Amino acid sequence: MKKIEAVIKPHKLDEVKEALQALGISGMTVYEVKGFGRQKGHTEVYRGNEYTVDFVPKTKIEIVVDDDLAPKVEQAIVDAARTDRIGDGKVFTFDCEGAVRIRTGERGSEAL
Amino acid sequence: MPAVDTGSTAWMLVSTALVLFMTPGLALFYAGMVRSRNVLSSTMHSLFAMGLVSVIWAAIGYTLAFGGDHGGVIGGLSHLGLDGVVGAVTGTGPSAIPTSVFAMYQGMFAIITVGLISGAVAERMKFKAFVAFAALWSLLVYSPLAHWVWGGGWLQKLGALDFAGGTVVHIASAAAALAAALMLGKRKGYGTEELRPHNVPMSVLGAGILWFGWFGFNAGSALGSGQLAGSAFLATNLSAAAGMLAWTAAEVLTGRKPTVLGAASGAVAGLVGITPAAGFVGPMPALAIGAITGCLCYFGLRLKSRFGFDDALDVVGVHGVGGATGAILTGVFASVTVNSAGANGLLFGGGLALLGKQLVGVGATIAFSLIASAIILKCIDLTIGLRVDEESEATGLDVAEHAETGYEF
Repeated sequence: MKKIEAVIKPHKLDEVKEALQALGISGMTVYEVKGFGRQKGHTEVYRGNEYTVDFVPKTKIEIVVDDDLAPKVEQAIVDAARTDRIGDGKVFTFDCEGAVRIRTGERGSEAL
Repeated sequence: MPAVDTGSTAWMLVSTALVLFMTPGLALFYAGMVRSRNVLSSTMHSLFAMGLVSVIWAAIGYTLAFGGDHGGVIGGLSHLGLDGVVGAVTGTGPSAIPTSVFAMYQGMFAIITVGLISGAVAERMKFKAFVAFAALWSLLVYSPLAHWVWGGGWLQKLGALDFAGGTVVHIASAAAALAAALMLGKRKGYGTEELRPHNVPMSVLGAGILWFGWFGFNAGSALGSGQLAGSAFLATNLSAAAGMLAWTAAEVLTGRKPTVLGAASGAVAGLVGITPAAGFVGPMPALAIGAITGCLCYFGLRLKSRFGFDDALDVVGVHGVGGATGAILTGVFASVTVNSAGANGLLFGGGLALLGKQLVGVGATIAFSLIASAIILKCIDLTIGLRVDEESEATGLDVAEHAETGYEF
């Protein structure tokens, strides 16, 4: 099993979700996060005084899938989340050692 | 019982309620500009003033301001506990209103003036210390000042004009705010962390309520219903509008974006600027006062970071700069064709006489409020202590001082 974590632009979440559902993915976990990469932050001005906001709002997705599905999921996220502008985000893939469905006690791929 | 004018009484009852409504408006205006962990603590400063100052005003504040006169400096004790107020009449002819209404109306000014100061102490002052300060300041600073300007005191006799409280309310609160900001010290993280407003729409709603209530503040200061109330109402709206346009124009012309908090602040600056002048100037001078005040406040605040004190929500920058600008411009634009009880300013053939008196009023108010506030604050610092501890400041005053949080997300 592989765990895939992706940090994307928040407004791209729906498109990514639909792309993953089209691959048959039946579940995912989503966080609202803040961070920065090459995009850096932006400047806000209140009553003439500038404040630099370093952390930009992003959405983070986590999914665990079977090994053979992982490259397709990775590519689906990249295709759906891409705007070709700076700040589109990143996708990370990790090995996942185990999974249990709490209700039934099913383990491994059965639990996904 | 002498007769009152029912039209004027009706307008003054409405005006009293309008001025009271400014204080929760101010609470929203300020609370939107602090960080979310201090939203309730900032709100509570204005809210609690409605309770605290109402009682103090009835007990002793009113009589110190309006109960006779001792040497032009302070009133007497003839109306202690509002004695003799119910059934009496204030004003004559078409301006005859019940003294009970007059006393309440003036009390609303005492409330909001204390609320205004709270912007400077936001996010770090102990609530207990604020309550002690509000009580003492209201009695020892506000009441004497109200007496000087409206209660037959020395500034009124001198002929300095302050229609609705440019000196008594705005300059006085700003001078107290300066003293408080200096004595409290800067907020933790000032200049290094982002101390950004947490809810600008909340501030905009507050500014809208302030604008609405300000009609009672300024047009009500005619103390009756008629031509003077009408012209003060008109001047108030025009100055607020011009203040907003001027601030936004200043932002855009200096290469910035037109900010929403800026537009709201510009309107408030325009309202502050017209306060002393509202019943003495015509509509076009009102526009000029709003525009000049809006610009000066904007450029004043851009210099904020160069000063060594942390006036958290810009009480000095808006109410001090705006109040002083309005008081001085009253000496320029006042005309007896608007109000025969006023005087002519520089542009209307009055020469420098009125301008000089206005400067005396501004200077005396700043000096008295600054010094008296500093003494009161020092006494509180030595007893209760002014500032919360570092941990409370980091946690936020909502939890540390009030055991509540504003939001649950």
